[in-house]
Amino acid sequence: MLKNRVLQFLNRRGVIEVISLCVAILIWEMVAVFVIKDKGILPSPHAVFLAYFELFDLIPLDICTSLLHFAIGLGAGAVVGITLGMLMGWFRTANRALDAIIEVLRPIPPLAWIPFAIIWIGLTHSAAGFIVFIGAVFPILINTYTGFREVDKTYIDAAKVLGCEKESKLIRLVAIPFSLPYIATGIRVGMGVGWMCLVAAEYFGVSRYGLGYRLLCIFFPLQMMDRVVAYMILLGLIALVLDRVFRYFVDERLLKWKKGMVTQ
Amino acid sequence: MNHKLEIRDVTKTFETEEGELMALDRFNVGVKPSEFLCIIGPSGCGKSTLLRLIAGLDEPSSGTIILDGKELKGPSPDRGMVFQEYSLFPWRTVLKNVTFGLELRKMGKQERYRIAKECIELVGLKGFENMYPYELSGGMKQRVAIARAIAPEPSILLMDEPFGSVDAQTRNALQEELLEIWQRTKKTILFVTHSVDEAVYLADRVAVMTARPGNLIKCAGIDIPRPRKRTSVEANEFREKLLMWLSLERSKVQD
Ligand SMILES: Nc1ncnc2c1ncn2[C@@H]1O[C@H](COP(=O)(O)OP(=O)(O)O)[C@@H](O)[C@H]1O
Ligand SMILES: [Mg+2]
Repeated sequence: MLKNRVLQFLNRRGVIEVISLCVAILIWEMVAVFVIKDKGILPSPHAVFLAYFELFDLIPLDICTSLLHFAIGLGAGAVVGITLGMLMGWFRTANRALDAIIEVLRPIPPLAWIPFAIIWIGLTHSAAGFIVFIGAVFPILINTYTGFREVDKTYIDAAKVLGCEKESKLIRLVAIPFSLPYIATGIRVGMGVGWMCLVAAEYFGVSRYGLGYRLLCIFFPLQMMDRVVAYMILLGLIALVLDRVFRYFVDERLLKWKKGMVTQ
Repeated sequence: MNHKLEIRDVTKTFETEEGELMALDRFNVGVKPSEFLCIIGPSGCGKSTLLRLIAGLDEPSSGTIILDGKELKGPSPDRGMVFQEYSLFPWRTVLKNVTFGLELRKMGKQERYRIAKECIELVGLKGFENMYPYELSGGMKQRVAIARAIAPEPSILLMDEPFGSVDAQTRNALQEELLEIWQRTKKTILFVTHSVDEAVYLADRVAVMTARPGNLIKCAGIDIPRPRKRTSVEANEFREKLLMWLSLERSKVQD
């Protein structure tokens, strides 16, 4: 009887998930307080929790600054990646002309661009944005390109027979809508990579605010490890929220016609 | 000179890795206005190639195609086409698929929707306007494809094995509906099939093609009065004849 009730309860949505999270936090607390006993090595969850209250004024500004860097980089990455991807996917010559250059640039780790970001752009928001851009642009470009290459010939033919002959119209009315799921996937992957680059990009003091800047340049040198962890968790949560919002918007609005087949 | 469409000495060769491949060899056929012509032949004999040439999606290597007394150049909305594969735009609803050709003509929205709705009703899909293609069965998809093809009012409809991938019952229903649409709109229809039954049920005239390189071996009128019965004696006799022509052709290939 009781066993059945317990099982029923566990089967409810989210129950096991919440329990496992709580257990993990509990174990973390125990280990920090009773085993490590040094908050410079492993701060306890309750210390981290308290850190959020102490940082109450700073957090919004840091988040906004980081989101600004992120938006600059992702925006530029989307514009450049989608444009080049479309050109290369549609025009064979554009592909042949650009492919070699891109294949050479693509494997360079985005953080290796930091010196030039600073030299070219200076210690500005845009320099951090530039690093995010380098991280985000290639996944967007490659996915857009793939989408354009895979446009079904039948759709092109069908459009032509219905009087859609100009290339610009074929791109606008057939290739772009067909490629939207690919482009969406590219942007999602680009968002992930860009976010990872963001923290490191802010390490170089491009601004007095920013999650990465605060974490790496202030809290870490001062050995405020509880605050470091607080910001780590914040970085993760924001990325999660961004991804969910993007997915909700794209899957529910833009890609209704594909329903559940896109970007799991 | 009372032909709606005339195909004169059309040859089509493709460049492939194994050299030149001749799909059509000096093909000739004429289609009269409002005629329902079926083209039947073994698969790979160049039926789709022929329709693509007429649609203007490809150019003949030599020869001419004349529509309404004028030589063809490129695709245009005076020829509608229904493809062998499902070709509905999956990102558009049924209604928006049907309006596609009308949008390209800079027609007002109201007008577009009115015509599209008429066409959708004509193929019996009233009420499905706002569905996406993934929500439709194979037969419904081809109905929408027909509606989309006739919405811009082409004078000739090219159909490439449109019912090839639907089940037998649905196919019978679709054939009847197509005949109804044809009788109502008086369009010239060029219908490709590899099914003898389909040709005998639908066509005014049937053109039998040889295996590659495609050519005509026979062109015969079917004067069974309409509405036809699929199992009537005349239908069976004609089916017999068609099968014989086709098998003659097959044995020739095997030699
Ligand atoms: N674009 C192409 N390039 C090369 N060969 C082609 C092309 N299109 C068709 N063919 C060849 O032409 C022949 C006729 O094809 P098709 O017209 O599709 O036949 P059917 O529709 O009668 O089955 C086939 O052998 C096919 O492989
Ligand atoms: Mg074919």
